[in-house]
Amino acid sequence: MKIGDIFEETYSALSSNKIRSSLTILGIVIGIASVIILISIGQGASGSIQSNIESIGSNLIIVSPGVQRGAGTMVSSGRGSAKSLKLTDAEAIASEISGIKAVAAEVSGRYQITAKGQNTNTTVDGTVPDYATVRNLEIESGSFLSQQNIENASKVAVIGPSVRDDLFGEDVDPVGQTIKINKIQFKIIGLTKEKGGAGFGSQDDMIFIPISTAQRFLSGNEYVTSINVAAVDAESTSIVQQEITDLLLEKHNIADSTLADFSTMNQADLLSSATSITDTLTMLLGAVAGISLVVGGIGIMNMMLTSVTERTKEIGLRKAIGAKRKDINLQFFTEAVSLTFLGGAIGILMGWSVAFILTYFNILTASVSLSSVLLAFGVSTAIGIIFGYYPARRASQLNPIDALRYE
Amino acid sequence: MIESKNISKIYKTGETDFFALKNISFKIEDGEFVAIMGPSGSGKSTLMHILGALDTPSEGKYFLDGQDVSTLSDDELADIRKSKIGFVFQVFNLLPRATVLRNVMLPLVYAGVEKETRKKVAEKAMFAVGLEEDHFYHLSNQLSGGQTQRVAIARALVNEPSLILADEPTGNLDTKTGEIVIQTFQKLNLEQGKTIILITHEQEVAQYAKRIIHIRDGQIIDDKKTEMKK
Ligand SMILES: Nc1ncnc2c1ncn2[C@@H]1O[C@H](COP(=O)(O)OP(=O)(O)OP(=O)(O)O)[C@@H](O)[C@H]1O
Ligand SMILES: [Mg+2]
Repeated sequence: MKIGDIFEETYSALSSNKIRSSLTILGIVIGIASVIILISIGQGASGSIQSNIESIGSNLIIVSPGVQRGAGTMVSSGRGSAKSLKLTDAEAIASEISGIKAVAAEVSGRYQITAKGQNTNTTVDGTVPDYATVRNLEIESGSFLSQQNIENASKVAVIGPSVRDDLFGEDVDPVGQTIKINKIQFKIIGLTKEKGGAGFGSQDDMIFIPISTAQRFLSGNEYVTSINVAAVDAESTSIVQQEITDLLLEKHNIADSTLADFSTMNQADLLSSATSITDTLTMLLGAVAGISLVVGGIGIMNMMLTSVTERTKEIGLRKAIGAKRKDINLQFFTEAVSLTFLGGAIGILMGWSVAFILTYFNILTASVSLSSVLLAFGVSTAIGIIFGYYPARRASQLNPIDALRYE
Repeated sequence: MIESKNISKIYKTGETDFFALKNISFKIEDGEFVAIMGPSGSGKSTLMHILGALDTPSEGKYFLDGQDVSTLSDDELADIRKSKIGFVFQVFNLLPRATVLRNVMLPLVYAGVEKETRKKVAEKAMFAVGLEEDHFYHLSNQLSGGQTQRVAIARALVNEPSLILADEPTGNLDTKTGEIVIQTFQKLNLEQGKTIILITHEQEVAQYAKRIIHIRDGQIIDDKKTEMKK
């Protein structure tokens, strides 16, 4: 039997029962589409978390007061609750450790902000001019904090675009206006550029004031809530991180590093732990979708077994006129694989479109990768092979006489 | 040439053995036209399945053109059927939802004949059984009973077999249509020298053969040459 003949047989068999074939294909389509969609959502989430983390700066090391914790738990550990870091620590890091591009200490807290009757509640960050370098902040209009502002403890503020939207409305240049932070009046001297990214690491919803002003008028003490250090390049971050740890341990007179009253976090560590979380998530989503794919495969097997039973006489007839086992086997096997192949192709198109629509309308970030498409295609074909094997074998082993006598 | 030597077919039904065929021996020369007759359940179909290499005997030997067929494997039997034997059954002869042409070409597909030559060979067979060209592209389930059987005969012919086996080919037809079908067999026998073995329980049908074998309870009770009705 020639390949062309087998496909002709397959086409005629599948098209003679269009509804049943389509429903069976639908099972695979749903399975494959959900694999593609869920994996792409997982990968999309992982991508946006990554770019969020990358947007907070580059080669960044953050030193926070308090107990040493795993990098991942930093996110929720209430930075700045403990009081153990001072400006002098930041100065020591800047002067004693090499391989550093910039150091910026900050004192942050949430305060009530009012301006022209509008009010909001947001993070106010007391910091230094180098903060802009360390955190990759750019200025949209006006200027960032200057050294002069720090020395004078001036009541000036640089606000983020979200704060501007809340207080003054979109597209308004707030420079020169005044706001009240905790009832103290501040003059706005700059507006930062929008960075995007929501939640953790978003600097759009922040107000920056001189660190000296923050310590004197807002926090009322000499402690800082974190020290941001930018290393010169990616390779040196872990060395710099170690040196900072050693230096601060010595400065704070702590011999046992497990008792440290501060913790350091490397941006790369944060990234890798976030990645491992999102990877697990993606795998979990893929596995859930994989279950529906298996159900689809069982549907194929069910249809093929029904079809073998229904066509018993046909099989007997084909054998009587010279079909060998392998001819019958190949015929039914090709039917099963064609079903999953078609289902796979349609499922990929559908999954792809849904992922595109989700992303296009900003519902979710879903990114379809070539590897997930190949995986889905491979899996659907494999399902055809696995679930088509048994029915085809059963058909081929039918005894021609039993098949002919079958009622 | 066909030769059966003490063929028995035994079915095990529970404890006891059931002899569907018992010590059947006969010879059929090339070019004969034999009718096998007998009451229902006498073993006619069982015998035909063995003669047609669809099944093997439990005991005894069966030679087809000098080759011992009784010990062959499944796939070897398929090869014999493909090259030497054409079948016509009583019912379910044709693939439903396939055209007449495709049905007739099917044995050529399994024989690995090139696509281009298939149609020519099939057309020749269809003309030989008196089918008209405008029927070639009808679907097989749109044919009358008589047409269906003639398409089945054409399909049995298409591989140029030396032996054509028919199991009650007129069983579902009225007398007149049955006559046309049986005359088709007769024509193939007389004009092309095909060996034809035909199973029937109708005396009128058997009259067209040159030899009639009667079986009962799996045994031959009568085997005689007759005058062929034309
Ligand atoms: N697989 C089987 N198992 C047990 N007994 C069988 C089997 N196949 C056939 N038989 C028995 O063998 C006997 C002969 O059957 P067969 O089909 O050859 O009869 P037949 O002469 O063709 O009858 P009919 O004219 O009704 O077609 C019957 O009694 C039948 O019940
Ligand atoms: Mg019978």
